[in-house]
Order: sequence, then structure tokens, then C-alpha cells
Amino acid sequence: MTVTSEFLDSSAAPAGVHQGRGNLNGDGTLLSVRDLAVTFGVRGQREARAVDEVSFDIRPGEHIGLVGESGSGKSVTSLAIMGLLPDRGVKTSGEVRYDNENLLTWSSRRMSSLRGRDIAMVFQDPMTSLNPVVPIGTQVTEILRRHFELSKGDALARAGELLQKVGIPDPKRRLKEYPHQLSGGMRQRMLIAMALACEPRLLIADEPTTALDVTIQAQILELLKELVADTGAALLMITHDLGVVAGLCDKVNVMYSGRIVESATRRVLFGNPRHPYTGGLLESVPRLDSPRGAPLTPIPGSPTNVLPWTHGCAFAPRCRNAVDDCRRVTPALRPDGDRELRCHNPLSDDLPDDQRTDA
Amino acid sequence: MLRFVLRRLALLVPVLVGLSILLFAWVRALPGDPARALLGQRATPEGIARVNELYGFNEPVLQQYLLYVKALLNGDFGRSIQTGQPVLESFFEKFPATVELGMSALLLAIVVGVPLGYYAARHQGRFIDTAIVSGSLLGVVTPVFFLAILLKLVFAQWLGWLPTSFRQDARIDATHITNFYVLDGLMTQEWDAAWNAMVHLALPAIALGTIPLAIIVRITRASVAEVMHEDYVRTAESKGLSPAVISRRHILRNALLPVTTTIGLQAGLLFAGAVLTETVFAFNGVGQYLFSAISQRDYPVLQGYILFIALIYALINLAVDVGYGIIDPRVRVS
Repeated sequence: MTVTSEFLDSSAAPAGVHQGRGNLNGDGTLLSVRDLAVTFGVRGQREARAVDEVSFDIRPGEHIGLVGESGSGKSVTSLAIMGLLPDRGVKTSGEVRYDNENLLTWSSRRMSSLRGRDIAMVFQDPMTSLNPVVPIGTQVTEILRRHFELSKGDALARAGELLQKVGIPDPKRRLKEYPHQLSGGMRQRMLIAMALACEPRLLIADEPTTALDVTIQAQILELLKELVADTGAALLMITHDLGVVAGLCDKVNVMYSGRIVESATRRVLFGNPRHPYTGGLLESVPRLDSPRGAPLTPIPGSPTNVLPWTHGCAFAPRCRNAVDDCRRVTPALRPDGDRELRCHNPLSDDLPDDQRTDA
Repeated sequence: MLRFVLRRLALLVPVLVGLSILLFAWVRALPGDPARALLGQRATPEGIARVNELYGFNEPVLQQYLLYVKALLNGDFGRSIQTGQPVLESFFEKFPATVELGMSALLLAIVVGVPLGYYAARHQGRFIDTAIVSGSLLGVVTPVFFLAILLKLVFAQWLGWLPTSFRQDARIDATHITNFYVLDGLMTQEWDAAWNAMVHLALPAIALGTIPLAIIVRITRASVAEVMHEDYVRTAESKGLSPAVISRRHILRNALLPVTTTIGLQAGLLFAGAVLTETVFAFNGVGQYLFSAISQRDYPVLQGYILFIALIYALINLAVDVGYGIIDPRVRVS
């Protein structure tokens, strides 16, 4: 992987910013998730499996989408990769392969030296994700000083550059201010600046635009796209918004109730979704070219209305294509042409094009 | 910031005026009267009449009040009916003892309470947490006088580790400049005297500090438990920061906001506890003096002391508000 150091001025960056960073996995992936399962359990209560059988790969510089409703396990997946799930009451199994090692077996101490430097994260709500009583300058410099040996002055100078880079005007003044003095959009820019401060190899963005208003959303996405391209970082975009994925991702994994139900390149998935859930998601996106006044087609039911995967397909209670097997036999994720699919009765391959969004 | 402080100080004036009126009425509403208390059981009606005349207790209350305020404005708080000593003079003699005791108690409560509460929150639901929480509950419900007597009995009487009473051993010939005995000892480099004063402070400070300690433990625990799950703590973790930085900068700093408020409130309540503690340990401070002034209906002493205590309470809370602004920029006043 080549990382352009253009994002960080090389004079300010310590020699060998990437020294000590891991290699790629043997198969050329940057990060490879295999059979990840996360179970939450409090003693005396029934365990809840939030994530199961999740596998996907991220190659250097690649943009991967993880799409699903609230509660589909996408955020838990990202927290599991980061090693940020609580120790107690959570069982994680499977593999998160990075630098030919399984991150899930790493000590929390070792993980903390990787977090923020090799894998960084931008969270959903910029209003609550910044510490209200710590100056912005400190919040940006602390990550730089944690991972690079920088003096206070150098770190502050670099923080100023970073703020400039993410489009925060008058960074010198801003560094002395506190989060409540910034707007929501500005705060998200701050969080992005922090996440990219150490030029991570992978950036995980967990619904980075959900809490922002619509006009700001587009700006922030554009910024993310630009900066990720600049630094050469790979991106794992977690979202419920297919519009975000359409503009950003090379590959998309659709999750439902903790499992991946369809996985394909953006073009294949948007051009011809085969899982009824993916199809439903696409139909519920408002489109400019649909007839005026035409109602959106929602997916009936709610995400709480699921069948346990052990008893069939979790989506069956809401699925318009459901057949008897769906309520009896658990579907497996199988290769299906140019995609992977977990469905007994997928949508047909040849629906008219005007029914589908083409990215 | 300066304007804020000045405005708050100016607001104190009406508060103190109102309080002086209430106090004046309240002490006179107490059953019994100072003349009878002064002259004892065999007081003659003539004697009582003479005392009342002497102190002006025969005049209409309003006139008494106006005379009192007039004297106050000249810095005259009157004299004790019992001892004849000027109120102000006795106050400055005894006040340092109480402050010394109160500060030690509060210091103990903070230094022990905050770490305990933090530790409990970080080990929520485990045995150590349950132990700390139950212990603090016991601390909250134990009356000060009971704890004081118990401590005295065990550590002074039975074990003999610590002195039973007074602020310093009489055999120690200490120089007193400020009447803060520990401070005096340090200033004059009479280490013996300072140490001796500290040893005498130990039991009263523990007795007085236990309730604030227990309350601080509980508030800190609740506050840390809440802050621990805030998004910004997760952000800090995602940056790979060390646990020490996360605790100090991201958890404790936020969690201490409600604790700060509590400390301010507790500082006021300490005076109430000091009355009992000082009485048990014959600790010659404001509390003990106030206690005897109540039983003797010593009007000038009661009025003057309580007014002072109110002033100090208000100043402490002003300091807390300023401190709050230092910790939390969102409430910082321009």
C-alpha cells in the first residue's frame, strides 16, 4: 500500500510515520473479518447474539459499505474490530485478521497502541462524541502525542494544519475553544481531523452523517471522500443510508439481524438486488426521477419482528417473497454469480431496470 | 469573572440584612430568657429586671434591632452576656479551631471519597463495589455524635493511640500567631507543636468528615458510572489513549462537576456537625461556644456567630461556583 504523506506535511511528521505499521495479511487484504460472532449475555438472562457469521475483507484503499437498519449489528461489528466492546458480558469469537494476526486475541494494551494510529474511527453523533470540558486543541493533540513522539508545540502546529485541512477556518483560535462553541458540522469535521491525525490505514465511519442536517451531510461526505483518497486509507462505511453507499463504496455488505444477507460490488448490488431485504431498502429510498406524489414503498413490519436465525430466515416475517422453507430452514450465505446471497427465494435476476437504482 | 464575583458579593448584602432580621426575631422567640439563664435558679425578680434594663431587653424589639444594626455598622457586635467578652474577639479566637477542623474533615472526605467512588464505579457490580457502597451507606446514617463518642472510646480510651480531647497538649509551649495551631507550628518551625495539633485533629476530623466522605463516595460513584458510558469516552478509547489519560482527562474531569457542587453544600453542613464534634472532643472552637450560647440564650453571641457562619457559607459557595466555571467551560461567565 502506498500512502501519500501529502496529508501530513512531512516536515511536521516524524521520520517514518508508517514505521512499525503492520504488513498486509498473507492474502493481500488489509483487514479480514472471518466468522465474527458477538454475544451479549448477563448472567441469569438469555444470551443475545448481536452479530453472527460475519465475514468480509478490506483491501488497502478500498471503500467497503456495511448497510443495515438500527439493531442489525453493524455498529457492534465495528466496535468488535476496534476492540471497544466491554470486557464483561460480551463474548466475541471468530477472527479479525490484521498484519497476519488475530486482533481479537490481542491484549487491550496492545490494541490501544493500534487504535487511533492504524485503525481510527469516526462516530455517529458529533454533539456527544467530543469531551465538553477539554479544549479542542488538547483533544486533537492528545492522539498525535499518544502515537508519535511530538513536543507540545509541534503537536499544536500539526493540529492547526489538520483543522485547516478539514475546513475549519481560523484554526489557531479554534484550538483554544471548547466543543460547545462549534456547530454540529464543525464538530464532525473535528472528529474527522482527529481520526485522520495519525494517517490510519483503515478508517471506520459509523454513520458519520446521521446526526447532521441534510445540507451538511453532503459536505461531510465529500470531505471524508477527499481525505480518505488523500491519505490512501481504506474506509469501512457503516450506514443505513443507501444514498451514502452509492456515492462512496466499492463493495457493499447488507446486514440483517446480525448476519450478512447480501454482499456484492456496488454496481451489482444497486443494479440488481436479489435479496428481498436489499430490494426493499432500495425501493424505500426517495428518488428525484420517480413520479411526483408517488408513495415510497416501505418494508412492512419493524426490525424487532424477526425470526431467530436458528429457526429459519430472520427476515421471513417481513418478506414478501417468503416461502415455507424460509420459516423452517436457516439459509446459508452462498456464492450466487457475482455476489454472495443468503436467501431461499431471491428476487429474480431480470427485473426491469427502471425499478432499480443504478449507481 | 471579576464582575461576576463582585455582583455575587453585592447580592450578599440583602441576604445578610434579611438574615439579621430573621435571626434577631428567632433568638428572641426561643423559650427562656438570657437574664434568667445568667442569674440561675435563685434569680430574684429585681435582679432579672436589672439585667434586662442593662442589656436593653425591655425596649421594643424594633428599637433593639435598630440599635443592634447601628452598632454593627460601627463594627461592634456587642458583648457576650455570659462572659462579657466582645463577640468579635471571641469569634476570631475560636474560629481558626473550627476552620482547621472543618478543612481537615473536608480534605479527608475528598481525598478518600473521590478515589473510592471512582474505584467503585469502575468495578460496578463486583464485591468491592458492593462493599464500598454499603460502607458509605453506613457512613451516611451514622450520627456524628455517636461516631465521635465511639471513636473516642476505641482509639483514645481503649487503645490509647490518640488523645481524647483538646487541640494541643498543655505541656507543649507553642507560639500562637494565627490560632490555626497546625499552621502556627509550621510557621514557627515548632514541629512538635504542629504534629501534636495534627494528632489532636485526627479523631475529630474523622468523626466530622465521615458523612461528607460517604456522600462524596456515592456522588462520585454515580457520576463516574454515568460519564464512563458517554460517547466522548468511547472516542477517547478509539484514539488509543492510555487508561490513565482516559480516566483523568475524560472521565474524572466531567464526573467531578456534581461532586464539586456537593462539596460546597457539605462545607456548610460541616458547621452543624462541628458543634457536636467539638463538644465531644472538648475542642475549643466556634461550635462548642455556639452550643453553650444557645443553652444560655446569649443573644449577641448567637446573632453574631450565625451571621458570620452564613457569610462564610456564602463565600464558600461563591468559590464553588467559580471553581465550577474553571472545570466546565460551558458555565464559564464572561
